[in-house]
Amino acid sequence: MNALLHGRLTGLLALGAVIAVLPAVLPNNFYLDIAILAGFNAVVCVGLNLLIGYAGQISLGHAGFFGIGAYASGVLVGAYGWPPLLALLAGALFVGLLAFLVAKPILRLKGHYLAMATLGIGIIVSIVLRTESGLTGGPDGMMVEPFRIFGVELYGEKVWYWVVGVLLVGVVWLSLNLIDSPMGRALRAVHGSEVAAEVVGVDTARFKVLVFVLSAVFASVAGSLFAHYAGLITPAKADFFKSIELVTMVVFGGMASTFGAVVGAVVLTLLPQALTVFQDYQQIVLGGILMATMVFMPKGLLPTLAALLPARRRA
Amino acid sequence: MKMLATTELSPDTTAQARRVGPPILTVEHLSREFGGVLAIGDLSFTIAAGDIHSIIGPNGAGKTTLFNLVTGVYKPSGGRVLFDGADVSGMAPYRLAARGMSRTFQNLQIFFNMTALENVMVGRHLHLNTRLLPALFRFPSLVRKDREAKERAARLMTEVGLEKYIDADAASMPYGALKRLEIARALASEPKLLLLDEPAAGLNATESREIDAVIKRVAATGVTIVLVEHDMKMVMGISHRITALNQGRMLAEGTPQEVAANPDVIAAYLGAAP
Repeated sequence: MNALLHGRLTGLLALGAVIAVLPAVLPNNFYLDIAILAGFNAVVCVGLNLLIGYAGQISLGHAGFFGIGAYASGVLVGAYGWPPLLALLAGALFVGLLAFLVAKPILRLKGHYLAMATLGIGIIVSIVLRTESGLTGGPDGMMVEPFRIFGVELYGEKVWYWVVGVLLVGVVWLSLNLIDSPMGRALRAVHGSEVAAEVVGVDTARFKVLVFVLSAVFASVAGSLFAHYAGLITPAKADFFKSIELVTMVVFGGMASTFGAVVGAVVLTLLPQALTVFQDYQQIVLGGILMATMVFMPKGLLPTLAALLPARRRA
Repeated sequence: MKMLATTELSPDTTAQARRVGPPILTVEHLSREFGGVLAIGDLSFTIAAGDIHSIIGPNGAGKTTLFNLVTGVYKPSGGRVLFDGADVSGMAPYRLAARGMSRTFQNLQIFFNMTALENVMVGRHLHLNTRLLPALFRFPSLVRKDREAKERAARLMTEVGLEKYIDADAASMPYGALKRLEIARALASEPKLLLLDEPAAGLNATESREIDAVIKRVAATGVTIVLVEHDMKMVMGISHRITALNQGRMLAEGTPQEVAANPDVIAAYLGAAP
């Protein structure tokens, strides 16, 4: 117990320390901007990892939930003058409800069928965002008002960096708590053997729905804040390729490892920046990384590295 | 080690010496077909509380199908299953678990993505706070009960002889230990009725004897046990009653002595004389 608690704390402290020191090292706002994008991706991936890595379910539609959150904030604040926090919560509530409604029928599916069904959801969201141009601005996207709360306007990379940093630490903390709880074990049991989980009393359907909803809400909150930060959102943020990118981050970083999801998100956010020559082939590179990960390190980057260290096990 | 004194006597005197408990599980005209083939046909029997009740039969007799019907993994095509006085036919396994029924599997169903101890802790699911918000924010009451569950799981592992695997990853454990891990996990849910599907299959003689002792110890605590097993020595040694199946139907029922002497049973196992 003590060792476990210790492990959780060291991880969180390490993450906090990196986030705290990073701005001092980064030369200018361009890098800060990339760090912020990595942070947003990491928040989504930590949630997605609960679904994919721990509960063993797949979603190829999570960019859709991110997109709904982003557009809920954009539209409710821009067109209807809602306070941004209220719009964020409304978006999260709507995404939660939507995820709940679709989860019941689709989580009865397994493997390829579940992948296809979630893919369908993502595509539907993306189509709606493209075609409802009266509200969403269509394929060109829409401008989003800045985030104002208690008369303070969040503006600029320096401010947003800390917002995202705190959000990420918070989300990681929640995720670690959840995994090390009876519900977290139930989720992992669903992954391990559904029938065995059932015979000791785990209502597997309930937990699959719960984790699907939770991960969708994480994505929605990240989407809302991202919209305010970026100031411009396009349907591309909600499309199929974005969903694949998110899954790749989780798989690459390390399934069933919260810190792995963070590492995966950071590395794969940086990669396209480092390899700008490959810009036209980004999807191909991404697909290649996904395949190589599955073949050469199926557990993902962080768990594989952790296994190489003899003394310490699991992150 | 406390043991039911009667189990050490010969099974014949056992039948007279033991007080027969009230029925805990009743199966009435149960049937299940798979694409026109009857796996279980019009099967009726009763299991008394406190018994070790074995189900035997040649391969394909329908033993595992029967287990799956009783534990809600399959839905019956006809008939009823009564558990503790209530009709539970086709009820989902997790609901049955809440009513006090658990089981192990012939083909191991281990959570290989967890440690051995965590496997057993999943067995405490019904006795812990499994709601989302207390988990996300780590409520102190949840943490305290979780720590108790951990200690309890470790004790259970010790009781089934797995003390040296408490910190092991389930994936690193040998087959025989995993068989016992399944029993510990099922026991963690505190069942009234425990169904064991071939707990000794694939084990060597020593390991079989250890499982034998574990089953007796569990039964001595008042848990009713339904056992499917091919190891006849074990079955004859520890069962209070035996139900023999063949091709999905009841062949014989009685004490081990009665069943072993039954000509139909002998014929089913060895082939009928022309």
